[in-house]
Amino acid sequence: MNIVVAKNISKKFGDHQALDQVDLNIPQGAIFGLLGPNGAGKTTFIRIVNQIITNDEGEIYINDEKLASHHIRDIGYLPEERGLYKKMKVGEQLLYLARLKGVAKSEATKKINEWLTKFDLKEWKNKNIEDLSKGMQQKIQFIATIIHSPSLIILDEPFSGFDPINASLIKDEILKIRDQGSTIIFSTHRMESVEELCDHIALINRSKKILDGPKLAIKEQFRTNTFEVIHKGDISRLNPSDYDIGENIRFDGDTEKALIQIKNGNSPNHLLSDLIALTEVHGFTEKIPSINDIFIAKVKEENNHE
Amino acid sequence: MNKIWLIIKREYFSRIRKKSFIIMSILGPLLFGGILVVPIWLATRDNPEKLVVVKDESGFFDHKLNANNIQFVYTTERIEHLLLQDSTILHIPPIDLKRTVDIFLYGENNHGIDFENRIKNSLERELRKIRLSRLGLNQGKLDSLNTRVNLQTKNSQTGEAEADSGVASIVGYIGAFAIYMFIFIYGAQVMRGVAEEKTNRIIEIIISSVKPFQLMMGKIVGIALVVLTQLTVWITLTSAIYLGISAYYSDEMKLLAETQSAQSTLSSPGMNKIEQAKMLSEVKDKIEGFPVFKTVFSFIFYFLAGYLMYAALFAMVGSAVDSMEDSQQFMLPITIPLIGSIIVLGAVLQDPHGSLAFWMSMIPLTSPVVMMMRVPFDVPDLELLLSMFLLIGGFISTTWFAGRVYRIGILMHGSKVNYKTLWKWFFMNN
Repeated sequence: MNIVVAKNISKKFGDHQALDQVDLNIPQGAIFGLLGPNGAGKTTFIRIVNQIITNDEGEIYINDEKLASHHIRDIGYLPEERGLYKKMKVGEQLLYLARLKGVAKSEATKKINEWLTKFDLKEWKNKNIEDLSKGMQQKIQFIATIIHSPSLIILDEPFSGFDPINASLIKDEILKIRDQGSTIIFSTHRMESVEELCDHIALINRSKKILDGPKLAIKEQFRTNTFEVIHKGDISRLNPSDYDIGENIRFDGDTEKALIQIKNGNSPNHLLSDLIALTEVHGFTEKIPSINDIFIAKVKEENNHE
Repeated sequence: MNKIWLIIKREYFSRIRKKSFIIMSILGPLLFGGILVVPIWLATRDNPEKLVVVKDESGFFDHKLNANNIQFVYTTERIEHLLLQDSTILHIPPIDLKRTVDIFLYGENNHGIDFENRIKNSLERELRKIRLSRLGLNQGKLDSLNTRVNLQTKNSQTGEAEADSGVASIVGYIGAFAIYMFIFIYGAQVMRGVAEEKTNRIIEIIISSVKPFQLMMGKIVGIALVVLTQLTVWITLTSAIYLGISAYYSDEMKLLAETQSAQSTLSSPGMNKIEQAKMLSEVKDKIEGFPVFKTVFSFIFYFLAGYLMYAALFAMVGSAVDSMEDSQQFMLPITIPLIGSIIVLGAVLQDPHGSLAFWMSMIPLTSPVVMMMRVPFDVPDLELLLSMFLLIGGFISTTWFAGRVYRIGILMHGSKVNYKTLWKWFFMNN
């Protein structure tokens, strides 16, 4: 089941087309990576889901219901441009933000205490935000995002500005929250940062969606049957009609690293046995494309079509 | 609705608990109290009496000079000897009454204009008496020439006494100026609050929970409540201070009143008991002719509606800029009508029902201040209602306009903003 279904979303700012007929399905319980370079339209899409701005065309459904103001309660949002009231106390600030989301006071207070304890911030509850260190403020910011136990959590560039310790802490919490049944949308231009976390991805480039689906399926689709071989010897005598040798560079000491693509549908074992006949093999792994590689390949492909 | 309430509460309490609010709440009444108390204190404190040695060679002034806080001592010593001493010496050479009289005041220091005036007045008073008696007149005959004229203003339709212009001017001016000050001070607070949310980057988190318009109105209303609280505290504290002080100084106050009335009876000894009673009833008339309820109601209305209208504009400016320094360019068109209405107050006072006063009290941007100046002069109800109606219209349209610019502006960072951009934002779809 899909928690978010976006159909044919378009949005224009003056002359600038920010989103152009984008369709997206975000499955329940997924960690969904919304990927693309800066200015591709990710934040615009997220703001539409958060009802900060409205789309010109298309429809958004949350749990099969047309997007409406009561959905605010179900969404937790960590914007890319984020901050807090500097002169407000930690506890009051969290309470205020939770109450704005529609959480009852007693429930919010209980949750705030739980989270502050979890993040070791209990004794800071009555301190102003400006008295906290940057790392602590980031934790508070994260608590504010999830204090109302949303079923959909949207994190825009979540790891920009978070220090590595907080980033990994938050990664762990996000995984826990996902396991409890929430759906998480990651939006980032740093594709490598979320590759390991996401199970679904969508690539957006220049206001258009260019690719989406389960991460593994996409990777499968973009496999090139290329293998990375670390060896000691001469591989130039490999049959060029069967194999394409990409690069062959000095690797470590007297070993070399070569990229070999199988052209004729042979199995990796076949390549390996051909190699063993010629050289001493030290390492043999399939070169799986990263999301970044896929993105670049895809953008090139799109540009060639134009 | 519930969410607006939360915003109002946050805006209100975060300001009420600030140190600056508490300090201002206490300082304000002390300031007002000071304005009321200092003159009393100045009047009642003991001035050291100054000694002036008089060398009168004319023979006109022997033991006749008198002035407040100055003791005149007469001497026959030669002036050359006197000048060797370091006292203040008044040297009156022989006088020819037909000419300008030169009299000399010697002393080590400059005596101050007040001191010199008192001596001068005393000398002139005596010389006048001498001249009058030479003409065969005395003070009593002269006083009988003066007739007191009391110009009473009455409404031609109702025949009721009109408010005294003096009282009306003071009340109008204070009211108008208070509205001007409050709009400026608290409008700027709205602007700072909005700009703070924008630069803090908390804005996007908030408006993912509430509509931008709710946030803007919540802030404006919250700050309005702060103003009302401050006003209430000031009025309460000021009256408490005033009452306390007047109880403490009650004897001195009575004395002051007595000396004042004694002086006034002295200056017009011809006034008898009947006339005094008449004067008292006139004072009563002045206060009765004054439209108290209308003025108080108008003050509250024009203050609130004026503030709401300007606050929306200030909020718009705050939303458009990235930092407070950038706000200057947008402040000008907002401050011009406000300052303009203060500038024309003098002209309005000259002619409270003239065409300038009329039009400026109809235009919503100037009406809060200008109409407040006019109300104590008894503006016709219909005019007042029209002005209020227009102001409400002005408030709704500026808030609508400001709200549209605001909702876009708060999300815009780093772009160069000018009037054209604001205009574009106004028309932009959400």
